[in-house]
Amino acid sequence: MTRMAAEQRHRIRFTLNGEAVDRACEPRMLLTDFLRHEIGATGTHVGCEHGVCGACTVNVDGRPARACLTLTLQVEGSEVRTVESLADRQGRLGLLQSAFRRHHALQCGFCTPGILMSLDALFARRANADEAEIRDVLTGHLCRCTGYAPIVRAALEAAAELRGETNREAVDA
Amino acid sequence: MGEFPGMNVNAAAGASTAKPWVGQSIPRVEDPALLSGRGRFIDDIGVRPGTLHAAILRSPHAHATIVAIDTAAAKQARGVAAVLTGEDIKALTASLVVGVKAPVECWPIAVGRVRYAGEPVAMVVAESRYLAEDAIDLIDAQYEALPAVIDPVRAMDPGAALLHNGFPRNTASDRSFKYGDPEPIFADAKRTIAITIRYPRNSCTPIETYGVIAEYDPGEQAYDVLANFQGPFSIHAVLSRALKVPGNRLRLRTPPDSGGSFGVKQGVFPYIVLMAAAARATGRPVKWIEDRLEHLTASVSATNRVTTLRAAVADDGKVLALDWDQVEDCGAHLRAPEPATLYRMHGNLTGAYDIRHVAVRNRVVVTNKTPTGLNRGFGGPQVYFALERLMQRIAVELKRDPVEIISRNLVPADAFPYRTATGALLDSGNYQQALARAVSEGGLEALNARRDQARAEGRIYGIGFTAVVEPSVSNMGYITTVLTAAERRKAGPKNGAQATATITIDPLGGVSVQVASVPQGQGHRTVLAQVVADVLGLTPADIRVNAELDTAKDAWSIASGNYASRFAPAVAGTAKIAAERLAGRLARAAAAGLNTESDDIAFAGGFVFSKRNPDNKSPFSRIAALSHWSPGALPEGIGQTIRETAFWTPPELTPPDDQDHVNSSLCYGFIFDFCGVEIDRVTLQPRIDHYVTMHDCGTILHPAMVDGQVRGGYAQAIGAALYEEYAYAPDGSFLSGTFADYLLPTVAEVPEPLILHMQTPSPFTPLGSKGVGEGNCMSTPVCIANAVADALGVADIELPLLPARLAEAVRGAEMAAPSGTKAPETRHGDRRLSGEGSAKVAASPQQVWAMLLDPTTLAAVIPGCHSVKKLSHTDFTAIVTIGIGPVKGRYRARIVLSDLDKPAGVTLAGNVDGALGFGSGKGRITLAPETDGVTAVHYRYDAEIGGKIASIGGRLLDGAARLIIGQVFAGLARQAGGDTPAKGGVIASALSKLRSLFGGGR
Ligand code: FES
Ligand code: FES
Repeated sequence: MTRMAAEQRHRIRFTLNGEAVDRACEPRMLLTDFLRHEIGATGTHVGCEHGVCGACTVNVDGRPARACLTLTLQVEGSEVRTVESLADRQGRLGLLQSAFRRHHALQCGFCTPGILMSLDALFARRANADEAEIRDVLTGHLCRCTGYAPIVRAALEAAAELRGETNREAVDA
Repeated sequence: MGEFPGMNVNAAAGASTAKPWVGQSIPRVEDPALLSGRGRFIDDIGVRPGTLHAAILRSPHAHATIVAIDTAAAKQARGVAAVLTGEDIKALTASLVVGVKAPVECWPIAVGRVRYAGEPVAMVVAESRYLAEDAIDLIDAQYEALPAVIDPVRAMDPGAALLHNGFPRNTASDRSFKYGDPEPIFADAKRTIAITIRYPRNSCTPIETYGVIAEYDPGEQAYDVLANFQGPFSIHAVLSRALKVPGNRLRLRTPPDSGGSFGVKQGVFPYIVLMAAAARATGRPVKWIEDRLEHLTASVSATNRVTTLRAAVADDGKVLALDWDQVEDCGAHLRAPEPATLYRMHGNLTGAYDIRHVAVRNRVVVTNKTPTGLNRGFGGPQVYFALERLMQRIAVELKRDPVEIISRNLVPADAFPYRTATGALLDSGNYQQALARAVSEGGLEALNARRDQARAEGRIYGIGFTAVVEPSVSNMGYITTVLTAAERRKAGPKNGAQATATITIDPLGGVSVQVASVPQGQGHRTVLAQVVADVLGLTPADIRVNAELDTAKDAWSIASGNYASRFAPAVAGTAKIAAERLAGRLARAAAAGLNTESDDIAFAGGFVFSKRNPDNKSPFSRIAALSHWSPGALPEGIGQTIRETAFWTPPELTPPDDQDHVNSSLCYGFIFDFCGVEIDRVTLQPRIDHYVTMHDCGTILHPAMVDGQVRGGYAQAIGAALYEEYAYAPDGSFLSGTFADYLLPTVAEVPEPLILHMQTPSPFTPLGSKGVGEGNCMSTPVCIANAVADALGVADIELPLLPARLAEAVRGAEMAAPSGTKAPETRHGDRRLSGEGSAKVAASPQQVWAMLLDPTTLAAVIPGCHSVKKLSHTDFTAIVTIGIGPVKGRYRARIVLSDLDKPAGVTLAGNVDGALGFGSGKGRITLAPETDGVTAVHYRYDAEIGGKIASIGGRLLDGAARLIIGQVFAGLARQAGGDTPAKGGVIASALSKLRSLFGGGR
């Protein structure tokens, strides 16, 4: 492993949501701090900084990762995706986000970006993910507001839609 | 949005009388931003150039005198602008006001003495948070530990260590109350049934932590603070007094988004004082974002409480009188608004029951724990745990069905509004009907059969019940019940709950709403748009709502903020009043234009029209904008129609009377819960099999949000019932400092409840609605506890219902270790670490011996070691940085050697001390020669640790200790030239397993 001088800033290059990043930072800079405070991509949240809550979950080279346990220099050359990538350029919500909105699967929304990124990674990997798999992925996230049931429902509906079963039920109206 | 019936945001203008928006679960206006990473939480908002960042040094001791704080090195560190200690803060501020009359001070940082583990001791402000934390490591604080007081009952012992001289026997308040005539009833009662409960400490721990950005303008001597504070804004008065400025020179603002609060973010206020003082000291803006360890250790907590509750009971189960004895533990300081947790439920201490005679003794004590504050349920979980456990005990002792006991005592349906013995005016309800519906729709009969079946199969299964009255909209005067009537007269009356809302019309007829409600995820902006859209005949999409608060520009009062479930009953209703006033004036303006009378005017579909002739109409925006463009065209006497601010305070919220009756809240919802719980025979882990919760929260404004509030509270309550506890060691060390130790329920632990609703509107609120967000935090923990009591047939139940605790209840205390095994000596109160192991070093025992006693070698092989000094042949000091999990810090170690048996063995004893903790231990190293010039090193150690580091889980600590020792011997082996790694794969595998967790020596 290369040794990095602690006090120095080192060049770091990676792709963030499809765009090239070319900057410098100290080796100890956490990926959460770098994304949020150096780049200004504040959608990735910090809830614990010790890997339990899941709020900071991003996608590194197709896999979900805790940005709070990742040093920025570790993503050199990687493709990083964050919650900011989920909506289309017109600002229209993606399918998973829309399902969250319909099912009131968020309240304060602080935990939500991490949950969306984990589910997005799950669906990318396993288009046929069933309820057990969805629940399993969700156990990696803490939400203090919703009691989880609406999140499970939103995820299930998004999964069904992804499979092409558009049996979307209207939200209680 | 086409998929939402009734949610056509571009609803064609028309005069049809559409279905009202209120009552529909429309999608939230808050969501698109939050779902796309565009939320604006406090740490997302940029700061002014030159802003400094703060980090806080906290006490590792629960109770200690601060002997010295050496900040010289920290002040010299890179990027540091200032280092402030308690004395510096004291010079810039005044003590925080304390809620009882007593000669005590309350500072946001320790002054001379620390009173809880995690109390701020010094703060560094620097160019970045990283640099501030670096400098924190360089502060050398020295303490002299004092005995810690942890148990609230023992805190009152004459011999207990005293926290504050102004609180003799650590008691801040001791009041007794009598309502009706309880003594003769108890004296005559054939049966008295009593229960003693200890409600634990827990917290709703929002996922976003505290944040403050503070600025000071020396020219105007004014502070400007942005904080994710949630109210009540009565605290604004506490803050401006502490900062020694008039209220108009403390501008307090809230960010657009806040990541949950549940009461907890009320507790950010001491940090507002700290950051504001730091901004003043440095002349630059100062920002601080709390980290999770700080939050769990030292933000705020719900109170723990010891309650003895007695009931005089008739043969048929009717409760004739209650006698409450409550000992409330508010932690190390009595911080505003405490002791409010104890008094919030005072009016409804009889719960949902018709009990006319009540005696109460309320004591408030201080202990060496984190100060308490608002937390969802606020006083309800503590009260109902006692009351509803008692009702279950009554059923057991009378051998009757708990539902029968509950029913027999409920307030009669025709008694509303019902004045309780202690003074609450229960506004509306039909408890009998709610109970009956829950029993039938929730399937109690089937659940009973399920229990019988389970028991017949030898499984452990129980059913629990709770009936709860959920108060909402606090009377700002209830807290004065802690004072005597004479003290209250002297202080002047305090009561009411001013809610406010402002509606503004812009020059194009657009409608904006501003409220002082400070939501943290509850969707206030959506509901307010619904409420105002209904009044003005618009769609919610036409209304723009801003729920941030700026005390310099907005209408607000001390009651502003988001607490006591006041949004739906008070704030939303006040917005309706403001909209109606504006609509009334607009109707007159429209009547003039449409040549009709104002009572013929209606608002719908974006038009203002004549009810008699709907074709006679004008677009809303046209009438609405008139006041901007042509004020002279408005009929005489209307004034303006540009802005309307309404204030509303309900007349029912009167001050406590001379007999201490208090209507502590405005509305009282009703909840009836029951659940079936199965307990695993082997592990004793409880599993919620079926949960039914029936709510009557009056008129429902947005069903999906009400559902969300119920589910959210329920999930938190499951945590409180089964997993969560802010645990303290007997020495006051905090033991649950990470989310791996303080366990929040995940999706796997929260089974779906069956939620039922009934709607009995409140006659006292503009929309008929009552609060709903806190009820399950009050009802669910005790409902589950009652089911567990039923399952196990035990009377004493303590939360959280950990299997180990249940094992003690069921199987008795754990057996002593079999004879022959040596029981380790433990010093009470600390976390223990012990272990042994061996390693091989390719050197002779003499060489290894020399290396072990050589400071240079030691400095090289101890991970994270900065220096080792040899004071004498047997006396060493060392400075090391050790990181375990998220806790990394610098420690000073002193090691004394004894029993020297050169070169075969040596005993080491020593202690370490640092910002993050302290410890002491003993170990013996033996060296034995093997073949080929290799020495077998065997070591055994036994240590105890305390302080912040003790809040890290034991597994992590043990692992880290093993790893560090492994590294030491690996280092010795390297130094010796050979690289015979340690014995087998043990250390190697520990190394790889733990590398990710261990940050030392990087
Ligand atoms: S912030 Fe990364 S897991 Fe909590
Ligand atoms: S929505 Fe608030 S924490 Fe999940």
